[in-house]
Amino acid sequence: MFLNLIWLIPLFPAFGAAMMFFFGRRAPKAWVNAVCVGMVVLAFLWSCGAVWQFTHSGQPQFEKTVYTWLGDGTGKLTFPTHGGAPAEFKVECGFLLDPLSSVWLLFVTGVGMLIHIYSTGYMAHEGGYYRFFGYLNLFMFSMLTLILANNYVLMFVGWEGVGLCSYLLIGFYFHKHSASTAANKAFIVNRVGDAGVLLGTFTILWLFGTVNFTGVTAAARTNAAELMGSPLIMAATLALFVGACGKSAQVPLYVWLPDAMEGPTPVSALIHAATMVTAGVYMVARSNALFVLAPESMKVVAIVGAITAIFAASIGLVQNDIKRVLAYSTVSQLGYMFLALGVGAFAAGVFHVFTHAFFKALLFLGSGSVIHAMSGEQDMRYMGGLRRKIPVTFATMLIGTLAIAGIPGLAGFFSKDEILWQTWSSNGGAYRFLWYMAFATAIMTAFYMFRLVYLTFFGEPRMSHEVEHHVHESPKSMTVPLIVLALCSIFAGYLGFPQSLAKVIGIHAQTNRFEHFLEPVFARQAAPALEHAGEGHAVQQAAAGEHHEGATEYLLMFLSVAAAGFGWWAASRAYSKAGKGYAEPIQTVAPPVYRTLLNKYYVDEAYDYVFTGRRKIGAVRLGAQGLGSALWKFDSEVIDGGVNGTAWATRTLGAVSSLWDKYVIDGLCVNGPAVVTRALSYPVRMVQWGVMQWYALVMVAGIAGFIWYYVLR
Amino acid sequence: MNPVATPFFFYLLSAIAVISALVVILKKNPVHSAMALIVTLLALAGLYLMLYAPFMAGVQIVVYAGGIMVLFLIVIMLVNLEEAELQDRFNKMWHVATAAGLALGGLLLFVYYRGARLFPDAGPALPENQNTQAVGIMLYRNYMLPFEIASILLLVAIVGAVVMAKKRV
Amino acid sequence: MLEIGTTHYLVVAAMLFIIGVIGVLTRRNVVIILMSIELILNAVNLNLVAFSRLYDLHGQVFAMFIVADAAAEAAVGLGILIAFFRNRETVNMDEVDLLRW
Repeated sequence: MFLNLIWLIPLFPAFGAAMMFFFGRRAPKAWVNAVCVGMVVLAFLWSCGAVWQFTHSGQPQFEKTVYTWLGDGTGKLTFPTHGGAPAEFKVECGFLLDPLSSVWLLFVTGVGMLIHIYSTGYMAHEGGYYRFFGYLNLFMFSMLTLILANNYVLMFVGWEGVGLCSYLLIGFYFHKHSASTAANKAFIVNRVGDAGVLLGTFTILWLFGTVNFTGVTAAARTNAAELMGSPLIMAATLALFVGACGKSAQVPLYVWLPDAMEGPTPVSALIHAATMVTAGVYMVARSNALFVLAPESMKVVAIVGAITAIFAASIGLVQNDIKRVLAYSTVSQLGYMFLALGVGAFAAGVFHVFTHAFFKALLFLGSGSVIHAMSGEQDMRYMGGLRRKIPVTFATMLIGTLAIAGIPGLAGFFSKDEILWQTWSSNGGAYRFLWYMAFATAIMTAFYMFRLVYLTFFGEPRMSHEVEHHVHESPKSMTVPLIVLALCSIFAGYLGFPQSLAKVIGIHAQTNRFEHFLEPVFARQAAPALEHAGEGHAVQQAAAGEHHEGATEYLLMFLSVAAAGFGWWAASRAYSKAGKGYAEPIQTVAPPVYRTLLNKYYVDEAYDYVFTGRRKIGAVRLGAQGLGSALWKFDSEVIDGGVNGTAWATRTLGAVSSLWDKYVIDGLCVNGPAVVTRALSYPVRMVQWGVMQWYALVMVAGIAGFIWYYVLR
Repeated sequence: MNPVATPFFFYLLSAIAVISALVVILKKNPVHSAMALIVTLLALAGLYLMLYAPFMAGVQIVVYAGGIMVLFLIVIMLVNLEEAELQDRFNKMWHVATAAGLALGGLLLFVYYRGARLFPDAGPALPENQNTQAVGIMLYRNYMLPFEIASILLLVAIVGAVVMAKKRV
Repeated sequence: MLEIGTTHYLVVAAMLFIIGVIGVLTRRNVVIILMSIELILNAVNLNLVAFSRLYDLHGQVFAMFIVADAAAEAAVGLGILIAFFRNRETVNMDEVDLLRW
């Protein structure tokens, strides 16, 4: 029942959003709560039912087409594909539930539900309450459409929808200029990525004649031998990855995520930590059959992921806004996920998405609780010593920090460690240079997270006395979700308990359930055909989750723990006793480095010079505004010049024409005959002068003429 | 009568006629011109005598010189003279007119030069004492009608002149 | 030259004629113009009489008629002159411009 009516899952929050749109303005808060939060709870329960039904059905996947959205089956929309075979264009409104989408479904609805509950407390005193929940529900609808879609186009509908909701929610406080600017930035940068998704989708459609996930995956896997390394597949996957960069904030399209912290904290938690930013990872994971066929693209994905991870972590070391630190942490962790996908460890990447959702949401909600306690203060320089005043928040945030740092026993350890191991070992060690970057990132992650904890909760209070007196624990609506998320952060990791560790500890139960669960999605169906495919072989091995033992794994596990511990120790040394006017160690040691990191490597400024054109380089303005001003100049000088020139030509022609008319036509043709007539008439007039002697003279002349003519000739 | 010293008298009378004719048209004072015209007429009368036309000569003197010129002089008297003396003699187109006249004259002389052989130079000497009778006979016999008409013409002229010169009362 | 023939008389007549013509065309005074007209008529008379010597007396008769005619014409012309003089107080030919454009 749950499975058959799976299309209801996105519709529950859509209904909530519609309710808010029509009736929200005058609805009382309790009603808004009941409808919106209730819808998401309903969606979560339904999702649980659907996934339970699915896992017990024994099918590798469940697909249900509700109706055909674009195209019909009449055969009129055939087009030739790359191979020459004709294909029918058809896009359905269909839903696909397989292990990959069920993972996403569960944590999106679960975390979403918790955040909705949290928001009832957090936004209780804010204006636009119904608008907030309406947008949140709309977001849930779009995200669920994205996850449950069975083809690229419907997924893109959800993709755009989450981008739109991100814009609406970041710019929730639209009266603030910085918020509306940040919303614009998010949407525009996202849009750049969306172009990539579209191009990738078109290429896929042209290659395979279908946009259906199952169809594409099957076609890719059956024709793997001839498609391996094909430049078209590489183009398609790179285009899709560009879209993933935009949505999941990788270099160079990450710039919107830190600014997105202008939105309310629940928004940051839901959208920019747990759900929307993972859409890119989802898309790449969903297209794993294609990525496997393009090893170069995978390399690009891995390198970009690693660079993003270390780049963002380095910026996060020195940020002072509590939410900014978490934002850069998100970017960095997303880098880890793409690193995992790039080296072929799809299951590890998805596992990290899963655990990251819990502890990042927890951290954001916790920071929201801190900000709530601090009466809106977000700058960590003015916090300190809060751990006794807001103990529940402190405890949960500490658990979240331990998780993200990768301390053993909590979720983050398992997922991050798996990624590090896969980076080192997969592809015959081809990506080892990336391991070093990931390792450094792990140290930095632990450092800045514990810096956050120490600056916020330890040390001496650095806030004003008023704020200090107002510090209070958040209401139950906020603390209960924190506790639930903390528990998830601890226990969710055990789903991916690696086998190697199990052997050491002596557990014989089913290990790495997560990876096994995802096997149908990532395992190669036609394994024998790939034996001769070279690079793809190693990737396949990693994707299939080969069992690996050996001292290397334990060594690396130890190193990752050591990294976390070292980071913790360094942070505690620097910040645990932070009083007023504490010193940043990096600033003390290398001020230029500190300044660069604090200014985020001046990337936004560089973008302003090159892409947006808000700043001029000397006299030249590049980027969009530069193009606009160049086009304006072209229009005003060339085109308007042409118009003006035409006007001038017309006027001159008119003047010439008038001169012609005045002098030639009037002068010559009209007055001319008159003048000629007058001139000619003068002698003729003289015939009748009225002077008689003249007549006589004429007579004499006439007589002379007669005589001459008649007599003498 | 036998003609005596014909060339001498011819040239003399011709000269007088032509010169006084010139005086007629060249003098400012109309009275002088009238006097010169009388001289011309008298010279012409002499030329008529040389041409064996004594009646014509007599008519010339009596009618022309005696009648018409007197008329002219009376009219000149009636007309304002002082103003006329102050003004120019010739009008604006006298160059052209003189040229045209001389051209006509040249033409005539050329004709005479060419056609001089068409008629004899001299004819028989006619009896002078029979001239008047002969003219009278011819006038009343051959030219009766023109004679009557001429009288009517004169009547009309008289009436016209009287009417024209009458004061409008 | 010495032998006076008809041609001589014709030449004299022609000269008188031309003088008369020039006088008509040139002079401003209307009286002088009328006198020049008399000159012209006399020149014609001379011509006629000169030819009548060679042939019958027809020329002389014609000349007679011309004299009569000239008298009539002189009378009428002078009458007109007097009438004109009464209106305009001038005998200048240039002032006779009532028919001028």
